[in-house]
Amino acid sequence: MLKIKDLTVNVGTKEILKGLNLNVNAGEIHAIMGPNGAGKSTLSHVLSGKSGYEVTGGSITYNDKNLLEMPAEIRAREGVFLAFQYPVEIAGVTNVYLLKAALNAVRKHKGLSEVDAMDFLTLVKAKTKALDMDEKFLYRAVNEGFSGGEKKRNEILQMAMLEPQLCILDETDSGLDIDALRIVADGVNALRSPDRAFIMVTHYQRLLDYIKPDFVHVLADGKIVKSGGAELALELEEKGYGWLEQA
Amino acid sequence: MSISWLNDIRSQAAAQFETTGFPASNLEDWRYTNVSAMAKKEFSIAKFVEDVDFDAIESGSAFHFVFVDGYFREELSNLPESITVCSINEAIEKHADLLQSRFNQAINQTHGFIDFNTANFTDGVFLHLAENVVLEKPLQIIHIATQAAILPTRHVVILDKNTKATLIEMFVSPEKHAYLTDSVAEIFVGENADLTLYKVQQEGENAYHFGGTYVQQEKHARFTHHNFALGSLLARSDIVSDLKTAAECELNGLFLGSGKQHLDNLTRINHLESHGISREFYKGILNDQAKGVFQGRIVVAENAQKIDSKMNNRNLLLSNEAEVDTKPQLEIYADDVKCAHGVTVGQLDEKSIFYLQSRGIDEDTAKHILTFAFANEMVEKVTFEPLKALLQNGNKLNF
Repeated sequence: MLKIKDLTVNVGTKEILKGLNLNVNAGEIHAIMGPNGAGKSTLSHVLSGKSGYEVTGGSITYNDKNLLEMPAEIRAREGVFLAFQYPVEIAGVTNVYLLKAALNAVRKHKGLSEVDAMDFLTLVKAKTKALDMDEKFLYRAVNEGFSGGEKKRNEILQMAMLEPQLCILDETDSGLDIDALRIVADGVNALRSPDRAFIMVTHYQRLLDYIKPDFVHVLADGKIVKSGGAELALELEEKGYGWLEQA
Repeated sequence: MSISWLNDIRSQAAAQFETTGFPASNLEDWRYTNVSAMAKKEFSIAKFVEDVDFDAIESGSAFHFVFVDGYFREELSNLPESITVCSINEAIEKHADLLQSRFNQAINQTHGFIDFNTANFTDGVFLHLAENVVLEKPLQIIHIATQAAILPTRHVVILDKNTKATLIEMFVSPEKHAYLTDSVAEIFVGENADLTLYKVQQEGENAYHFGGTYVQQEKHARFTHHNFALGSLLARSDIVSDLKTAAECELNGLFLGSGKQHLDNLTRINHLESHGISREFYKGILNDQAKGVFQGRIVVAENAQKIDSKMNNRNLLLSNEAEVDTKPQLEIYADDVKCAHGVTVGQLDEKSIFYLQSRGIDEDTAKHILTFAFANEMVEKVTFEPLKALLQNGNKLNF
């Protein structure tokens, strides 16, 4: 589904990613771990099409298309979803409005008609309930005044509504207490399917207690320096990242 | 019947206008707005015309007081019967004592537009709510401009103790030619009375507009104003309120300029006595080469203690050539008060645009959504639903 080859990325004049390779197939869950400043967030942002990053070399293909040529909204419509580390507060735009506008944008791209208003409400209310969110959240401005946990749940709600193919979770566990973490993890696990892949970018191992990855990669100094199974995460938890950087 | 008292005031104002003319931009309150091009147009006073088409809020929801080119049109209006409401010309005859006791009393400081209005007003609303009366439906005052002329109207609104009313002042024009609206309202909100006043300025695209609202608030009086400055080529609005003990004043505003529009908003809240509360929130959105002005001043007099006052002005510039001049001022002479003010001028937030794009929404649509959201915060403050719907469905808010 996703093939990243020899990717090099600059922010300003500084090289952040220095030849990154990664293959992700449908149905797989990949965890990208690494110390602060290794380039984890840069990778998430480049995949989602955020501006401010200059790709200086390498390629990203997604479903055999050149992902780097697509503007952010086309990537989203093609099924790439970024759950933000810091979800943006948008005053004056309600959650329900955003969800409907986003869903219709994706549906239109797929050649489907706009969602029926009643069907939409039934769907969104069911998904809201599954994430243990109060329906009132739907009518509040996007993320405005939400707690850290509420914002992250809101990201998963959007993901559940849009049913993307490739989900990128950027530090989704940061700022979550254990209850919120469990709810978010349940939401993600419910979306696991043979057609869908996940990339979880995380500094800590604890999210992986709840969402078990198939592969764990260590990103250090702009490259993947080690890959392994779920057990690698436990090793990192125990030893930290230092032993890999020195290697 | 003698109306010499009024003739005296009018001839004095005419003499004053003869000397000073329309305000010059070397006056501090007019430094951002130059009306000399307008003054050169030498409009004459509008004449009475017969036929006109217009839209009003459906009469089940609101009363109507209709002016065409500054003349009251009873046959187009639909007035409440239980209260005193009539044209000011009728009030000069029928309510002379009450009118005389209030006329020109709410205005602390005049300038050319006020003097001209005092000298030349053709008509206006006279409204009086006697003690304990509640106006059961909002009164929509509709000003329709059809002529290339000056349309001066003068209103006197008197709310006695414990009364409540909602007024909606709308300025519209089916025409594209230049004209000048010069409308002045004097408003007296009695003890514990409550007035909500909406102003929707949707004048024609080459129109000049001056609208001045001068308010006297007695003890515990509440005055809420919503100012939507949407139309006209050059518009200036003055809103000035004097507050006595524990009076509350809320001023909300939205000015939306595009093309070469120039929209100037001046407000003054004068806390004359203690325990008053004031809240002011103005937003500006300027596109193309439009220019916006916000001049807000809150004055707390020396003996006015325990005042709680907040003023905020936020502006969104949608083009590199758009401009906003904002001047919030607090003038505090008392020592035990709580006052705050804040101003922002910015562009659409890139992070918010990207967030919407990352959900499949294209950049242009994302910008429209965010601009509408910025404006809609002010529209959402409108509690009269038919008016809210009218604003939300209007062309000007479909970015």
